[in-house]
Amino acid sequence: MATTVKKKPLAALEDRFPKLGRGPQAVLITAIAIFAVIFPLLMDPISGTLADATQYLAYVVMGLGLNIVVGFAGLLDLGYVAFYAVGAYCSGWLMSSFYADANIHILVTGTAAQAPGVHVNFLLVLVIAAMLCAVAGVIIGLPTLRLRGDYIAIVTLAFGEIVHVFAVNGDGIHPFGVGYPLTKGRDGISPIDQIKLPGLSQFNSYLNLRPYYWTILAIAAIAIFISLRLRDSRLGRAWIAIREDEVAAASMGIPLVKTKLQAYAIGAALGGVSGAFLGPYLQIVNADSFAFSFSIFVIATIILGGLGSVWGVVLGSILLSYINYTLIPDQLNSVPHKIGLDFNLADVSIGIFGVLLLFVMLIRPEGLLPERRRKIELTEGIGAAETSFEVST
Amino acid sequence: MSTTPEAVAALPVTERPKLLEASRVTKRFGGLVAVNDVSFAVPQRSIVSIIGPNGAGKTTFFNMLTGLYTPSTGRVSFDGKETTQSRPDQITALGMARTFQNIRLFGTMSALENVLVGQHARMKSGIGGSIFRTPRTRKEEQLVREKGREMLSFVGIRGRFDDLAINLSYGDQRRVEIARALASDPKLLLLDEPTAGMNPQESENLTTFMRKLRDELNLAILLIEHDMKVVMGVSEYVTVLDHGEKIAEGDPVSVRNNPRVVEAYLGKQGLEEAGG
Repeated sequence: MATTVKKKPLAALEDRFPKLGRGPQAVLITAIAIFAVIFPLLMDPISGTLADATQYLAYVVMGLGLNIVVGFAGLLDLGYVAFYAVGAYCSGWLMSSFYADANIHILVTGTAAQAPGVHVNFLLVLVIAAMLCAVAGVIIGLPTLRLRGDYIAIVTLAFGEIVHVFAVNGDGIHPFGVGYPLTKGRDGISPIDQIKLPGLSQFNSYLNLRPYYWTILAIAAIAIFISLRLRDSRLGRAWIAIREDEVAAASMGIPLVKTKLQAYAIGAALGGVSGAFLGPYLQIVNADSFAFSFSIFVIATIILGGLGSVWGVVLGSILLSYINYTLIPDQLNSVPHKIGLDFNLADVSIGIFGVLLLFVMLIRPEGLLPERRRKIELTEGIGAAETSFEVST
Repeated sequence: MSTTPEAVAALPVTERPKLLEASRVTKRFGGLVAVNDVSFAVPQRSIVSIIGPNGAGKTTFFNMLTGLYTPSTGRVSFDGKETTQSRPDQITALGMARTFQNIRLFGTMSALENVLVGQHARMKSGIGGSIFRTPRTRKEEQLVREKGREMLSFVGIRGRFDDLAINLSYGDQRRVEIARALASDPKLLLLDEPTAGMNPQESENLTTFMRKLRDELNLAILLIEHDMKVVMGVSEYVTVLDHGEKIAEGDPVSVRNNPRVVEAYLGKQGLEEAGG
């Protein structure tokens, strides 16, 4: 006897809209969003705070990207820095005079239009970086498909290191024979074209940081939007199902390979977009930025904020960026000297970091703004079950 | 040639068209032969059972049918298509759904969300549709939610669709798992010890429910079961495995009286005692 359940109007509404948050939470998010938009107007256009905030938002985008892989799909990726690198090099290659003899200009105006080299419109570079990183994400994801948990971490870690080593030694690698090297290694590709968006005058990161800030704020807002929408979709449910029980997920008709690779690709694309922004913003693409410790930094931001929790990741990224890039090196750096010790606090920042994470794990393992499901998983031990089986390919 | 469900039902079980066929299937794990040269079929619109003592290879056999294991030798076909090498999700898409011996619901999802996952293979929306929430995606989401509620009502879960799966009672979890399997529009439903942990009354209800599934939804049901009362009461055909080999098959009465089956369950000595 199949009964049709009469749907309540409220249920119909919930079908249509993502749960952005209810009542006070929605008000809080709106207030923070408004503050985030007007914040640069309260600052000097080239103030250090604005520069920091811009950088933090770039890390928020990366945190959100990695959160799709680790938080949603449960694939522990320790090589996320690879996508930052690929994205950043996209801007290095396509928005500078790196290829000095080339004379390619695509949809660019202003100073870049006259300069030698390859100069491509920033929006186009964002798209290219996202696509290239999505492909890279799939390539890095493929060998991990038969692996689980810790083993995925080891393989992705190795890939991250491979990309870093290639970046560092890229000045000696000539992919097209005797022509241009792959990268400029530790010297870095510099300068990168300033961003020029249609309808706006060319940005200038030396005179006014506000346009850069608003650009990355918009990118972060899009990343949040994408995260929320995907979380509450067919794909989001499939990721959670895989995270909890691969055997059951596959038996319910979820193709494991495709669904996992989609997580890798989307996560990587967001990392690439953030990298492609940081290139022009920092005006240099330097191989030193792509060390393993950065992967750890990004994963720490999402663990601190709450794995799988979109707003948690936003908070975690901003908080940890502040601690790592502002509080320790700028505010507290000389504290050891003041109490008679002979070292800079920044030298031991990784150690401070570790202690901090340790405390988070002890006191609040589910993160600052925990995701509902993750909290239940932690308390009920879900997802720890034995789940190995053969995958016929 | 397609025949109506009623015409199929009128045929004796052994003469109905085969929905699932496994021929000479063997599974080895290293040196251990878990399933040895078993041929087996599930006819359309029938309830058939696999029984056997613990460790007889029933669940291994099940897992080969559903694609979780690939047979070492032998072939499996479902609904006219070769599925020996197919992945579990491909087999689900063809119309086979299952439940698990130890319930494997997605604990942090609500009852309804679990049933939505069950419909994954029947849905189309992808990355773009999900991000932009196109009218098609919205429509699809609305339909699967409606169907999900319907399925939950069908199995007897009422009004607690948003309760988390882990917070449901054991019996309700079993029900939700069946609803999740039914949500994928299967032609064949595989139930792995569904009455485990149920009291006689609940087992009785489940038996009735299985008949209802067969008669109302025209499903074929393959059952692995320990409870002989359930097996003998509901099955139209029974296959007995012991030590990975098929030792008997036939209608419930003949299987129950087969000396090899009694021996497998009770041991030789038990047989002698039972025989007097």
